[in-house]
Amino acid sequence: MDSLLAMLPDLVTAFKETFLMLGVSTAFALIGGVPLGFFLFITQRRLFWENRAANAVGNVLVNVIRSVPFVILLVLLLPLTQLLLKTTIGPVAASVPLSVAAIAFYARLVQGSLCEVDSGVIEAAQAFGASPAMIIRSVLFREALPGLLRGLTVTVISLVGYSAMAGIVGGGGVGDLAIRFGYYRYQTGVMVVTVAALVVLVQVIQVLGDYLVRRADLKAK
Amino acid sequence: MIELQAVSVAFPSNDRAGAAIQAVRDASLTVDRGEVFGIVGSSGAGKSTLVRTINLLERPSSGRVIVNGTELTALGARELRRERQKIGMIFQHFNLMHTRTVWDNAAFALRIAGASRADIRRRVPELLALVGLSDKAGAYPAQLSGGQKQRVGIARALANHPELLLCDEPTSALDLETSAGVLALLKEINQQLGLTIVIISHEMAVIKAVCDRVAVMDGGRIVEQGTVYEIFARPRHPFTRELVDRTFNLELPGRHLDAIHGTLLKVLFLGEKAETPVLFEAARSCNVGVNILHGKIEYVGDRAIGLLVVSLTGTAAGVEAAVAFIRDRTERVEVLHG
Repeated sequence: MDSLLAMLPDLVTAFKETFLMLGVSTAFALIGGVPLGFFLFITQRRLFWENRAANAVGNVLVNVIRSVPFVILLVLLLPLTQLLLKTTIGPVAASVPLSVAAIAFYARLVQGSLCEVDSGVIEAAQAFGASPAMIIRSVLFREALPGLLRGLTVTVISLVGYSAMAGIVGGGGVGDLAIRFGYYRYQTGVMVVTVAALVVLVQVIQVLGDYLVRRADLKAK
Repeated sequence: MIELQAVSVAFPSNDRAGAAIQAVRDASLTVDRGEVFGIVGSSGAGKSTLVRTINLLERPSSGRVIVNGTELTALGARELRRERQKIGMIFQHFNLMHTRTVWDNAAFALRIAGASRADIRRRVPELLALVGLSDKAGAYPAQLSGGQKQRVGIARALANHPELLLCDEPTSALDLETSAGVLALLKEINQQLGLTIVIISHEMAVIKAVCDRVAVMDGGRIVEQGTVYEIFARPRHPFTRELVDRTFNLELPGRHLDAIHGTLLKVLFLGEKAETPVLFEAARSCNVGVNILHGKIEYVGDRAIGLLVVSLTGTAAGVEAAVAFIRDRTERVEVLHG
C-alpha cells in the first residue's frame, strides 16, 4: 500500500504524459485525418471530384502506414522526429509517430462514414446546383457527423493503446509505467492500479464519445 | 422548354473486357412550356438516366440538351450550377437530409442559391403551406410518412421558383392513396404556377392521371411518343400495346376461353363512337347473338376509351357480316378466337 502511495506522483506524471500524447495525436487526427478522409471519398469513382490517380496514391499511402505495426512505425519514424523536434525522447517526440498513425487510421474511418451518407442526398444537392465546397460542408459533413464522432472515439481509444508503446522510445506515459514497474520490477500492485486507471480512462472516452454522437444524431431517430 | 437532341448515354462496363453499357440510345424529344410530360418504360429501360440528362446529373456521351433556350451541354461547371438552380427535382426515395428538419430541408435549395436569411424566413413558410406541411416545420424526415417526405421534396424543389420540375419515379415508393395525393399536388402546381413538369414512371396509371404527353421507352430508345390519349387509344409499338393492355387488364379466365362458343372479339371504342349502340345494331341487322364477357371504360382527360370483349354466335355468314359491321363503326376490332 505504501509503495503504491509512493507511486502516486509517478502515476500523475505518467497520466500527464499520456494526455499530452493523446491530445497532440488526436488534434492531428482531426487536422489531417478529416481532410484526407474527405479526399479519399470524393476522388472515388462516380463522385464529383473523381480522380483515380489521386485516389490510388492516397489509398496506397494510408495502407502503407496502416500495415506497419505501431511498434515498428515508432522506430521507423525516429529520423523524422529528430528532423522535426531535434530530439527523439519524451512524450512530445512520441507524439510524432502517434500522429502519423492517427491520421491514417482516422482517415479510413472518415472515408467509411462518408460512404454511409445516402448517395441520393448528394445527388439532390448536385441537382439543386450546390458547389463541391457546399456539398462537403452542408451535406457530407452534416450527414456524416454522427459517424465521424463514432470514428473519433474509436481512434482515441486506439491511441490510448498505441501510446502504451511509447516507452520504447522513451515517451513515457501510463503504459510505460505499467511495464517498467509492474512487469520489470514485479510490482503487481502498480500493474493493477495502472490497468484499472486505463480501463477507467477508456470508459470515460467511450461515454463522452457516445454522448456527442447522441447529440449529433438525436434528430435522425 | 426542353429539347433533347439525339442524346445517348453510355456507362463504362464494370469488367475491363466488356463493352460499354448503352443506357440511352439516340433519344430526341421536345417538351413544351407548361405541359406535363411523362416518360414511361419498364425498369432498366433508361428512363431515369434520360431524365438525369436534362439537368446533366448524367452527362450524355453524345447529343445536346437545351433547357429554356440554354444549351446545358455547352456550359462550364459554374454556369451549369446556376442553371440547375432553376430546375427543381424530386426523387423516388425523396433524398432528404436526415439530420435536418423539414424547415431546413425546404430551405436547402434557397441556401444553395445564396438567398438571404430574410428571404429564407419568408419563403419557407410559403413553401410548407403550398405542400400542406406548415405544422411539420420542426419535424425530422424520420418522423414523417412517405407521402409527407415527398411533399418536403416538392417544397425543396419549388423553393427557387423553377420553371421546370423533374420527377424521377415520384410515387413509386408510396402506397396507392398517398401517391394519388402527391400526383394531385403535382397537377395543381402545374396548373397554378404554370410549371413545366417531366415525370418518370413505370406505371401507365400515373401517366394517365397527370400527363398531357408521353414518351415510351424500351431498351434505351424512345419507341413512341404522343398525347396520352393517342398512346392509350392507338398504341403502335408492341411494347406500348403491352403496357396499355396491362393497364386495361382485360384478362378472361382460361376456362372461360375454352368453353366459348362462337367468335370472340375485342372491340375498342373511342370518343363519340362509344355512344352509338353498335353492338345492338349488329345483332339486329346480322341476326347474331351478342354476349358481353368483359369490358372497361377509361377516361383520359375527359375523353373516353372503351374496351369490350364480346362473343358472337350465329351462322358463319352472319358472324362475318357482324364483325365487318362492328369494324366499320368502331376504332379497332381484334378477333381473339374463332
